[in-house]
Amino acid sequence: MNTRAIYLFAGVGMLYVLTGLLLSWNVSLNILILGLLSAIMALGVNMQWGYAGLFSTGIVGSIALGGLAVVFISGNPVPQAFAAGGWQVIFGLAVAVAGIAAAVAAWTYMAPGRLRNLAVAAILIGGFFLYRAIFDPAVERIEAFDPATYGNVGGFGLNSIWAWPVGGLFAAVAAWAIGKIALGLREDYLAIATLGIAEIVITAIKSEDWMSRGVKNLVGLPRPWPVPYEVDMQADPGFLAFCANWGLNPTTTSTLAVKGIYIVMFAIVLGVLIWLLQRALNSPWGRMMRAIRDNEVSAAAMGKDVKRQHLIIFILGAAVVGMSGAMYVSMLGQLVPGEYTPLRFTFLIWIMVIVGGSGNNWGSVLGGLLVGWLWLIVDNAGPLVMSAATAGMADGALKSHLVDVAPQLRLLTLGVALLLVLRFSPRGLLPEK
Amino acid sequence: MDLLNALVAFLNFVVIPAASYGAQLAVGALGVTLIFGILRFSNFAWGDTMAFGTMVVILFTWLFQSLGISIAPLPTALLALPFSIVITSALLLGTDRVVYRFYRKQKAKPIILVIVSAGVMFVMNGLVRIVIGTEEQNFADGGRFLISAGDFKAWTGLAEGLAIKGTTAVTMVTALLTMSALFWFLQKTRTGKSMRAFSDNEDLALLSGINPDRVVQVTWVIAAALAVIAGTLYGLDKSFRPFIYFSLLLPIFASAVVGGLGSPMGAVAGGFVVAFSEIVVTYAWKKVITYIVPQTWAPDSLMQLLSTDYKFAVSFSILIIVLLFMPNGLFNKGK
Amino acid sequence: MPDPFLIGEAMTGGYGATDILHDCTIAVEKGQIAVIVGPNGAGKSTAMKAVFGMLNLRGGRVRLNGEDITKLSPQDRVARGMAFVPQTHNIFTSMTVEENLEMGAFLRRDDIKPALEQVYHLFPILKTKRTQPAGELSGGQRQQVAVGRALMTQPQVLMLDEPTAGVSPIVMDELFDRIIEVARSGISILMVEQNARQALNIADKGYVLVQGANRYTDTGANLLADPDVRRSFLGG
Ligand SMILES: Nc1ncnc2c1ncn2[C@@H]1O[C@H](COP(=O)(O)OP(=O)(O)OP(=O)(O)O)[C@@H](O)[C@H]1O
Ligand SMILES: [Mg+2]
Repeated sequence: MNTRAIYLFAGVGMLYVLTGLLLSWNVSLNILILGLLSAIMALGVNMQWGYAGLFSTGIVGSIALGGLAVVFISGNPVPQAFAAGGWQVIFGLAVAVAGIAAAVAAWTYMAPGRLRNLAVAAILIGGFFLYRAIFDPAVERIEAFDPATYGNVGGFGLNSIWAWPVGGLFAAVAAWAIGKIALGLREDYLAIATLGIAEIVITAIKSEDWMSRGVKNLVGLPRPWPVPYEVDMQADPGFLAFCANWGLNPTTTSTLAVKGIYIVMFAIVLGVLIWLLQRALNSPWGRMMRAIRDNEVSAAAMGKDVKRQHLIIFILGAAVVGMSGAMYVSMLGQLVPGEYTPLRFTFLIWIMVIVGGSGNNWGSVLGGLLVGWLWLIVDNAGPLVMSAATAGMADGALKSHLVDVAPQLRLLTLGVALLLVLRFSPRGLLPEK
Repeated sequence: MDLLNALVAFLNFVVIPAASYGAQLAVGALGVTLIFGILRFSNFAWGDTMAFGTMVVILFTWLFQSLGISIAPLPTALLALPFSIVITSALLLGTDRVVYRFYRKQKAKPIILVIVSAGVMFVMNGLVRIVIGTEEQNFADGGRFLISAGDFKAWTGLAEGLAIKGTTAVTMVTALLTMSALFWFLQKTRTGKSMRAFSDNEDLALLSGINPDRVVQVTWVIAAALAVIAGTLYGLDKSFRPFIYFSLLLPIFASAVVGGLGSPMGAVAGGFVVAFSEIVVTYAWKKVITYIVPQTWAPDSLMQLLSTDYKFAVSFSILIIVLLFMPNGLFNKGK
Repeated sequence: MPDPFLIGEAMTGGYGATDILHDCTIAVEKGQIAVIVGPNGAGKSTAMKAVFGMLNLRGGRVRLNGEDITKLSPQDRVARGMAFVPQTHNIFTSMTVEENLEMGAFLRRDDIKPALEQVYHLFPILKTKRTQPAGELSGGQRQQVAVGRALMTQPQVLMLDEPTAGVSPIVMDELFDRIIEVARSGISILMVEQNARQALNIADKGYVLVQGANRYTDTGANLLADPDVRRSFLGG
């Protein structure tokens, strides 16, 4: 870190402090929590882009998969639903995977020709119908069980901190599959392909009610260890005595304390990641990655297996993003599929990485905190500002329209910010050395 | 009789919707492929360009409606098209001047232009939402049906009806006119040929005295027209919601890639391939099959391969298969 | 002594930081043929690009008909009556033969029919292949399309970078004949050739380039007769 970085971080810190002083500390800490999560997401994306030059537009898919992990790990068990079809669903999915594996094996090991094409097609089509025959009835039975409350297969009911690594794992597996397919392609094809895979992941989360109740939303997911619930704190005599002692309001203190704990937890994760990433970046492996990024051809000529290294970094980056997705859902306590839009969770993260400085881990953190703040402050302060700005206007359609669209201004602003950075300072606020 | 009913149901629920959707995709994919051929990048702002153009059409439609101007039974939106094309062209030319041109002069890598186009996407998206909001807008007026299902049944005495919506007819005719005009332009005019030359071999085009700035400008104007027309046809047929237009990016890219990026003919073919696959895979075939097979064989299930929610999975699969096995597109035998 | 019709004088420059050309001079007189020969990588193509304005020169000038055109863009040079056939990628593969020729005449606003007929007269095979995509032609036919495209502007100077590359000996002789024919019609020809012997045979002036610099410069006949040149560059 150099002085420029210190000034910039101090500046961003000021934004949060001012938010706390002028608006409320609750809002400020809320934004900080999400800013830290954004920073982790940005770190993951920066691994793919900054280290390897891979442009993926499927970030939102990794984030959603991470969220799905929380549902499976910490969702309440629904034994009746699971008994009704849990194993059969798993078996059906296993058949699907086996079918795809068989098709790939046939493609790999059979001699090219019409016979191979026919065999692969037959395996895929036959496998598809077999899978549907096993899968569909089981799903129907699961979704039939008490659909008003459940309708899902249920989870393990474990503490949601366990879901964090599992979320990373989910995203990593998905990244492995897509990477195997798409990493050999030209770079803008990779962008289009990942856009598509993310769209499919989101569709699945929205419409496969047996997993997470789809758009009916799955609520009541437990908080990660060791975060307490405000009501429990307020009922705790020790905490009440502490508040009384210091003259604090127990309600506000407990909300702030919970936020504070989240911040500490997320900051620890962020810190550990940065430490690992900085070490990796300065290791021989990191130097090799940069060599590959800067000149694929000559790196390949030097005997580096470019495709394999790209796959590794693609998976690792996705895992970090997936983990942050799990952290996000475990903090919210619910999975809301409608939230996962590419604009919010793919392209916004990209803006963070590029504005912060491609290839620089600290830049990604800065970008996450800064752009995250900009994005969220509009939710909180935008309508206020717009009402103030339009206070002199007569009530009417135009005024209410202006107040309504205030949040959309941020799309415009951030788009312009991205274009300005790309044009005038393409290496971002904190350039890679 | 039953076979005839099956055929009518097949036409009504598969062929006609797919042809109409395919025409919309084809016009959209033409824009993507043209930009790729001339400017050499995949334009992620394309969906939002379409949304912008459609928004302007809607605004002019409202204006004309309030002035009592109408071309019934045709939708008023058709009258608004030229106005929107002018405004959208201005927007794209302006964007090129302040954004893309810089990277073109620098000979930036295509991926940088893709990222830049994502920035442009944000701006256009914000613009559209600020002006017209995020609500659904229905702006189709004019004749609802060319042939209604009820009339058709009455005429033919069949159990199944065949309906042709007014917007379907408008889509087909407009798309056909648009594509013919574009192909005529590219094949027969001096400027059109110079665009093909530029797309084929930029350096040699320069050596022949073709002015690159002019080629680029003409490309943006044509792209604007295609975006406006594709977006309006889609909006008339379905409805207008800004975020839907973003998600059209995937089937449109798929169409352009299937036909081979940069190839206009391929884009048109690709649009129909994607649309037909999407609808064939997500259509519930129960009705058609029930007509064909003996009574006792009639299926209980919907006979639907994939639920319509997954329609994007179809374009995606087509995209991936083509990219992996036929990287130059279905219709190019490799370069 | 009066200026040659086209001259790149004391050109120094390259594609990036390192110079490829060092104080290199090439020129051609009105209606004559000048040939550049030299080993692979000597900078022949680079010198041609420099003359055509496709390279940023750090030193030297280019003059056409006495006028300094060093600062002009390639398109402007086309407008001044220069035409260039690059060594590679010198046709529009996806366009028909006739469209290739039309693109050559892009800058002309008058009737291009006579020019088209002239090219077809020069290369009759092209007329029969008129509507075929140029990418589907044989190597020799492609070179004819490339030369034809350049002639369509009815230039005063035609610059050819290895027009006979990948062409069978018979077609090569044929192509040389055509080039002489073009020169007779008053068009100056500046040409890079790998087949040094034949090329110098028809050359009024010859340049031997080595490592971006002029090694020998003389009339074609004198160079052919020079024992040093013969030993080093013409294989004895
Ligand atoms: N586009 C380019 N960018 C960078 N360097 C180049 C480029 N083109 C050629 N060079 C370098 O310039 C030098 C001269 O190349 P040039 O193509 O002029 O040789 P040449 O004499 O035409 O050879 P040949 O007979 O093989 O065509 C070579 O060392 C080559 O590596
Ligand atoms: Mg050469």
